[in-house]
Amino acid sequence: MSSEFKVPGSELAGAPPPPDARPHSPFPISRYLSLYAALWRNSVIRELGFKVNFLMWIVVEALWFALQLTFIGVLYLHTDHIGTWTKWQVVALMGTSHLIQQLFTAIFLTNLTALSEHIRTGKLDFMLLLPVNTRFLISFRQVDLGGFVNAASALCVIGYALHRLGHAPGLAQFAGFAVLVVVGILIHYSLMLMLSATSFWTVRAQGIVWGYYNLFNIARLPDEAFRGPFKAVFTYALPMLLVSNVPVKLLVDKLGSPLEILLLVTLATLICIASEIIWRTALKRYTSASS
Amino acid sequence: MTMSKYWHVLNIGLQNTLVYRLNFLFRATFGLIPLTATIFVWRTIYAGKADGRVGSYELAQMVSYYLVVTIVDALTAVTEDDWQIAADIKDGNISQFLLKPMDYLTYRLCLFGAGRLVYAVVALVPTVAFLWLLRADFVLPPDAATAGWFIVSVGLTALLQFLMSFTLALLAFWVLEVATFIFIAFAFEYLAGGHLFPLDILPPAVAALLDYTPFPYLTYFPVSIWLGRVPAEALAHGVLVQLLWVVAAYALARLVWSRGIRKYSAVGG
Repeated sequence: MSSEFKVPGSELAGAPPPPDARPHSPFPISRYLSLYAALWRNSVIRELGFKVNFLMWIVVEALWFALQLTFIGVLYLHTDHIGTWTKWQVVALMGTSHLIQQLFTAIFLTNLTALSEHIRTGKLDFMLLLPVNTRFLISFRQVDLGGFVNAASALCVIGYALHRLGHAPGLAQFAGFAVLVVVGILIHYSLMLMLSATSFWTVRAQGIVWGYYNLFNIARLPDEAFRGPFKAVFTYALPMLLVSNVPVKLLVDKLGSPLEILLLVTLATLICIASEIIWRTALKRYTSASS
Repeated sequence: MTMSKYWHVLNIGLQNTLVYRLNFLFRATFGLIPLTATIFVWRTIYAGKADGRVGSYELAQMVSYYLVVTIVDALTAVTEDDWQIAADIKDGNISQFLLKPMDYLTYRLCLFGAGRLVYAVVALVPTVAFLWLLRADFVLPPDAATAGWFIVSVGLTALLQFLMSFTLALLAFWVLEVATFIFIAFAFEYLAGGHLFPLDILPPAVAALLDYTPFPYLTYFPVSIWLGRVPAEALAHGVLVQLLWVVAAYALARLVWSRGIRKYSAVGG
């Protein structure tokens, strides 16, 4: 569908590298940046073809976000705290979770869910032949621009929640928050890449990948609500209860100890490494659709 | 004769959906994760309440509310049917139904029934295991009569769910991309149908307003029957209103279908 969408002037398919590319570097950054710019251009042009649809999807996402906020609103009609979390702290948490989810959606989601289709149809063969890192290509091929618009609305909600909390975080807190949001996106990306890579073994992987999307539901809830094995699994194995909780706690001065940040960053590193190992193992196993 | 041909459709539907049993199992199992999370949050809220009540719900009632929603959902939720109907229209597959002595709505209803049957059977294992884990907080219907009313109401819910999704999918006669409409309607249903929380913990004015829409009859009403929260004298009345909504949805579905077909034929030449 999308790859046949040829755009005049696009450097996507096997165009010569720009002159400043250094042929000896294994990962020439400037070349990849210009490649990514081309992929962006592609996506913008694709979206412009379906303007109404583009706007409608933004409405859908905004509606579902409003729905989650309504849920919190209704809960706090009947209580004034969940654990130690107050209403506007939870709203900030919902906003942060939405921010991470939408940025993840914008950059990675479509690409990762498409992987099983590329394997099934054999389109991956074509990608392996391109003089580009294959992981780069399957991760960044398409950009979902609506996600950035939704992320902006999440930022507004976070800002409003901070205002209602009467809390003005310092510059260091904002910077730390931004870094942790990026770490959160990386965690989701690496976990989902690992799940998508299972489609090298089974064609049913798409169901698993969509199942993962369910886990975002947990990330937007306050960690204090959970206990037992459920909390252990979703903290240490699939750190859903850390990805948005930790940045928000940093922002609203709620951190129990800086070790929480250390834990999040350590787990993120481990998950990133694991995803690269699994990706390489999976690729080695790949033997085209036709053979 | 007429019946037997739809039996056939049901049969084919069963065989076709059986292919997806593993997918269904994944979906049913993954679906338990957000459900567990919601229950955790409610438990934490109740732990902080001195009187142990939220609205008129005790903890066991609140937990059971979500568990019964899951049961009703497994039995009645429309999952793939609306997409398939929209695709049938978009790809022109419905042309063959205009030639065959078969009614498309009935045909689709048979497939929906077959799909739900397979899903419910597959989902039975993870769901029952989950209910067993939470058995301390799981409330059963107070008596056999209530259970009977619940079954009737779930049947009507299934019809209402199907007819509303069917009508919505028919929008494909007029617009190219119905997915966004389906998701918007789903969002409203999620909130106003009582998926997210029981509707009677809303401010009374809002809850009263929702009563004039079909949404509460999509989930909230049958669940309330199970929990014994619908007083005996209101049961018959409630089921009657639900039945009226089903009839209205059926009439609307037929109307939209005949309009759509007129539009469709016009396009085809």
